[in-house]
Amino acid sequence: MRFVDSFLDGVRRLEEIVHQARIEGDVAEIDAKGLKHKELNDLMRFCVERGAKKLILKNVCGQRYIGTRLFFNPGVKVEIIIYGTPGNDLGAFLAGHRIVVYGNAQDGVGNTMDDGEIIVHGRAGDVVAMAMRGGKIFIRDSVGYRTAIHMKEYMDRVPLLVVGGTAQDFLGEYMAGGRVVLLGLNLENGRHRCHYIGTGMHGGVIYLRGKVEKYQLGKEVGVVEMEEEDWKFLEKVVDEFCGYFGREIKMERDEILGGNFMKLIPVTKRPYGKVYSY
Amino acid sequence: MKSHLLPDFVVERIEERCNRCGVCVKQCPWGVYSWNEDKTEILIDYTKCVGCQRCVVYCPNKALIVRPYPGSYRPNAYWTKEVISDIKKQAEQGGVLLVGTGSDRPYKVYFDHILLNASQVTNPSIDPLREPMELRTFLGRKPDRLEIEIDGDDVEIKTELYPNLVVETPILFAGMSYGALSKNAFLALAMAAKEFGTLFCTGEGGLPKDMREEYGPVAIVQCASGRFGVDPEYLNCAAAIEIKIGQGAKPGIGGHLPGEKVTAEISATRMIPEGTDALSPAPHHDIYSIEDLSMLIYALKEATNYEKPVFVKIAAVHNVAAIASGIVRAGADVIVIDGFRGGTGASPKVMRDHVGIPIELAIAAVDQRLREEGIRHKCSIIASGGIRCSADVVKAIALGADAVYIGTAALIALGCTMCQKCYTGKCAWGICTQDPNLAKRLNPKEGAKRLVNLLRAWSLEIKDMLGGMGINAIESLRSNREQLRGIGLEEWELRVLGIKGAGE
Ligand code: SF4
Ligand code: SF4
Repeated sequence: MRFVDSFLDGVRRLEEIVHQARIEGDVAEIDAKGLKHKELNDLMRFCVERGAKKLILKNVCGQRYIGTRLFFNPGVKVEIIIYGTPGNDLGAFLAGHRIVVYGNAQDGVGNTMDDGEIIVHGRAGDVVAMAMRGGKIFIRDSVGYRTAIHMKEYMDRVPLLVVGGTAQDFLGEYMAGGRVVLLGLNLENGRHRCHYIGTGMHGGVIYLRGKVEKYQLGKEVGVVEMEEEDWKFLEKVVDEFCGYFGREIKMERDEILGGNFMKLIPVTKRPYGKVYSY
Repeated sequence: MKSHLLPDFVVERIEERCNRCGVCVKQCPWGVYSWNEDKTEILIDYTKCVGCQRCVVYCPNKALIVRPYPGSYRPNAYWTKEVISDIKKQAEQGGVLLVGTGSDRPYKVYFDHILLNASQVTNPSIDPLREPMELRTFLGRKPDRLEIEIDGDDVEIKTELYPNLVVETPILFAGMSYGALSKNAFLALAMAAKEFGTLFCTGEGGLPKDMREEYGPVAIVQCASGRFGVDPEYLNCAAAIEIKIGQGAKPGIGGHLPGEKVTAEISATRMIPEGTDALSPAPHHDIYSIEDLSMLIYALKEATNYEKPVFVKIAAVHNVAAIASGIVRAGADVIVIDGFRGGTGASPKVMRDHVGIPIELAIAAVDQRLREEGIRHKCSIIASGGIRCSADVVKAIALGADAVYIGTAALIALGCTMCQKCYTGKCAWGICTQDPNLAKRLNPKEGAKRLVNLLRAWSLEIKDMLGGMGINAIESLRSNREQLRGIGLEEWELRVLGIKGAGE
């Protein structure tokens, strides 16, 4: 059987692709056309090592791991502007950078992201914000299955995921911390259709604008009253959301905030404490 | 509810030796010993005894004997005491039975049915005390071919090499997390790895920040389904990264570190709030296929600038060879195969005792399959789960492994007596506990010394065995099944192991 390495086979050397990058001052522009996953990340790292603080990526088409190879010690923080459709694992393990996508994103946005911001002017696929532990993700439209699985928080590191539309099944499964907000701006008849919301959830908060029925929730989550602090938090979140996408969505801030919000929290920090005998 | 259980152990005190010093009262974390009211007598409640032998070792007057409870039900080879006790426990508490350590069931031990060869007359054996003997092992992907440029005395390798790790002996410490282990036990493993020139694996509980600079270079950091403590610095400070898919003691299920073990320091390392259960889901929720695994492997390579080998650890299960082939094709540099004897801090007993296959068969099958497919050089194989002695190491390597992981053996070196109570957090030997009073029983420096001694002893023995076979480098032993013969094995077993029977 021939051994195929779909990631590394045919990867060209930096010298062969460097002409696709142009650095001016601290801004670099990369034409991602025809670049393999690794090649694009090679070029991005090359540009940042040469002092670029802002990377503008044009013609992005399915390249994975954008932003992942930019961990430097001591930390350098850059801004990455993407035109096109970034591939899976956009900003995986992200080390504090800011990514803005003009287009849709695929699966695994912000996978195990450490810190930074990802703003997607479009929709995103499955497993968004999986095991995310810091920073913020804003998605203008909807997201796919298994969103925010095992998101976690620690002290002042509280990750935030804001989705303009809705999510599919298994939202917030095993969630251990952080905040997820579904604004439900595109719902038909005001209902979210996902099931198994928060199954195994043992930390964090999910805010939903729009309706879900009890049977759509995992048995580890409970619905609690919104309190003043929650509204304050949501005002900030919606302001930020409108700041990014205000011109692309049809609703005004006040109309969004005037909607019907639900707050979901885990019933216990220890959902499986009672299944063992010693 | 009145418990119907029989005691597991009985504690006997030789009265004329005992001077009521009270050491046992202090040493036993299980509450077996207590002072009477006026502190003149020490009472013994042996029904609480777990047989950890701490009191026996520390009794200054050697007055104690702890042994299995002699009373029994009517002897029955089918309904054994263990079976009866388990039913009673579950009838009383209604839950999944938890245990620590690897399976103790009397399944066939293949290592004990394999014998090694030695040179006689037709080729000379080598004396490792006088002649060089190479145990140094390189772990990682090897190139398909090497281009070399020779210019006079200068030999230069032209081929771009994949990152490889160097260990001075083919023995590494298996993934055991800080959280399951005390900080002192965890530190002892790190210190020993550094001193001896090998590596330790962090398990899935992260690597405390204060250890990263000093021990990162000898750490294999784990990225498991819970992604605890995984941040870019954690990944980049390490020697290698291990994706944990499964472990031999509990294939197919996740892990729960109970909230009471998530102390302030553990919470900082795992980056979750104090007191919450640390739940590791059964699968990685971003991995539902070989393609997805590949995506995570390359995500980790991207996150570490392609500077570190990526390990993938799986439990040895049915079809392990086909799975391993997929893992190599997914881009793993090292595959760790954890046999069903592999240890654990906590596992449902039913999983530990009934799921998985022996490491010996798994290693042989995987090595054979990868060779047939011509991809054996694309990865190194680490055999893990139940390696008890240097002979097991040698047999595992001759069956096709590059190196082994030891977990249980390392803990035994630190003091563990295999009481199987790790999940309770009360380990009397300060190993599997977060109780500061118990944890301080283990001095990391002394622990590291014991571990280094063990590595040294095994390495010497391995050299002896190699020398006896007339081999002077561990590399030449890998998959060298001609050095092995089976005894008391059936045809199919010999076939899977790829070895001949003794006398053949
Ligand atoms: S220290 Fe261990 S062996 Fe001794 S009585 Fe307590 S539990 Fe039993
Ligand atoms: S680590 Fe401690 S609790 Fe676990 S088996 Fe060994 S002695 Fe017992």
